[in-house]
Amino acid sequence: MSEIVIKVKDLVKKFGNFVANDHLCFEVYKGEIFGFLGANGAGKTTAIKILCGLSKPTSGEINVAGFDAYHETEKIKKSIGYMSQKFSLYEDLTITENIRFYGGIYGLSAKEIKLRTADLLEKLNLTEAKDKLIKDLPLGWRQKLAFSVAILHQPKIVFLDEPTGGVDPITRRQFWNMIYEAAHNGITVFVTTHYMDEAEYCNRVSIMVDGKIAALDTPENLMKTFQVENMEKVFLKLARG
Amino acid sequence: MRIILYLLQKEFTQIFRNKTMLPIIFVMPLVQLLVLSFAATFEMKNIKINITDNDHSSTSRALIGKFQGSAFYTIVNYSDAYKVAEKDLKTNKADMILQLPSGFERQLLKENKAKLQITINAINGSAAGLMNAYTFSIIKDFNRNLIIETYGTEMEMPIQSSTLYWFNPELNYKTYMVPGILVLLITIIAMFVSSMNIVREKEIGTIEQINVTPIHKYQFIAGKLFPFWIIAMFELAFGLLMAKIIFSLPILGNLGVIFSVASIYILAVLGIGLFVSTISNTQQQAMFIAWFFMLVFIMMSGLFTPVESMPQWAQQFNIINPVAYFIKVMRMVLLKGSGFADILIQIVSLFIYAILALSLAVGLYRKKN
Repeated sequence: MSEIVIKVKDLVKKFGNFVANDHLCFEVYKGEIFGFLGANGAGKTTAIKILCGLSKPTSGEINVAGFDAYHETEKIKKSIGYMSQKFSLYEDLTITENIRFYGGIYGLSAKEIKLRTADLLEKLNLTEAKDKLIKDLPLGWRQKLAFSVAILHQPKIVFLDEPTGGVDPITRRQFWNMIYEAAHNGITVFVTTHYMDEAEYCNRVSIMVDGKIAALDTPENLMKTFQVENMEKVFLKLARG
Repeated sequence: MRIILYLLQKEFTQIFRNKTMLPIIFVMPLVQLLVLSFAATFEMKNIKINITDNDHSSTSRALIGKFQGSAFYTIVNYSDAYKVAEKDLKTNKADMILQLPSGFERQLLKENKAKLQITINAINGSAAGLMNAYTFSIIKDFNRNLIIETYGTEMEMPIQSSTLYWFNPELNYKTYMVPGILVLLITIIAMFVSSMNIVREKEIGTIEQINVTPIHKYQFIAGKLFPFWIIAMFELAFGLLMAKIIFSLPILGNLGVIFSVASIYILAVLGIGLFVSTISNTQQQAMFIAWFFMLVFIMMSGLFTPVESMPQWAQQFNIINPVAYFIKVMRMVLLKGSGFADILIQIVSLFIYAILALSLAVGLYRKKN
């Protein structure tokens, strides 16, 4: 693990008196799959929003893809991909139209869009369905497609906010294969999830409790430290305090 | 610029894929033009009148004959007692009562003057005023004939007036209403449809995705508003064409003037639409708020009631009412043939309005999202 792509030092985010993020410190390396866990309300979404340039931190040093999260949010946005559990694709547009739209706004040329669309459709086995509206696709297909669209412009980092919510186990497995492939190609994956088996697929995992990072290590080391046999038990031990 | 083009491509695809959109663009204007123009008239026909004749003389019958012969009146009942007639008025069977007292003719012959009574349902004040005016003119006519019959010659009135109706010589209400209704149409597109479209992205959650992309807020807004600007302009052209075909709407002025003012006016309304979408989170909220603005603007605009007869404060209010400016421009240019110089105040006002509305709305949008 060499190059650092996300560097967070003493990140604090306050809403009035409420401290959503309390002095977070972590680094994420290039090509890594970084699991960002925590119970609902622990402050994950707040942190992701700051990393994506959607919200300004109260204090701390934050650097994403080489850019400062205070002043260079526009540059950050160009270097990242983002996919949330909510639908990120337009339901009333077809597969091709969605790909073309997102390719276009990330500045890909018409030729590149065409090439990558063909590639992507073939890889996902969607060539025949390319003119179908998103709303007519099963949930699992949509999520796989949304992920592919999120990395269409080959970002340095891709943020996945509970990407596999509501998806069947087979599709989840396929989805994780796609994540591995992206990471193998040098895209750093920053993922939040509530499935603890998925946490075990990550290279490293951080667990947030009440706005603080309570633990950060590889899944193996975490299980060893807490002397339990799976990540679920690690999570429960930490989250219950 | 390229980003805006991609946004526009997406918007147009979505708008025209939406099954309710095409009817909104083509059917709604036609229906509104037809229904509103025929219904929203100030003319009164078939005034329901109850005639109580207690005189039963040749004079009273002659006067009643005048009412029978008029297209404006439908005689619903002849009664002998005023009490009966009052009942008709109370139960809405009649709009007015004409009562000729007994001795009407005798008095007229003996004293050269007689009295009759008109009772009008005045719940709708302006309608009551009209009924009174119509009735008055019939009686005036009848009076003149009486004078001719009695004295053999027409008596000269010291002051005589003759009226010329300029710009709308036939006093055609449709000619007056249609330009205003066209304004209403494009306002609906620019305010309702645009604000609901923006809020829809919030509702579905796709706006979150847009926010993490390198799309600038101004690009997003331009991509959202421009399609509706085009559609509203098209709508105006379509509406004018229909009005010309169906109502033979006179177009005295230059259409270029109309469309240049429209291009500014639509920007102003789009600004309000953007503002509405910024302060609402669901399409329902957007709809209610847009409806609120729309109702106030239209009621005050002089579309249905003349601005000149409103109280001073209401006339002042129209300084911030874009609909009022544009209705005035439409009527002046279409019916009077006014050019740029005549409507300079309206153009400048709308221009300032557009700049203010858009910059305030864009500013608020950037702050809130």
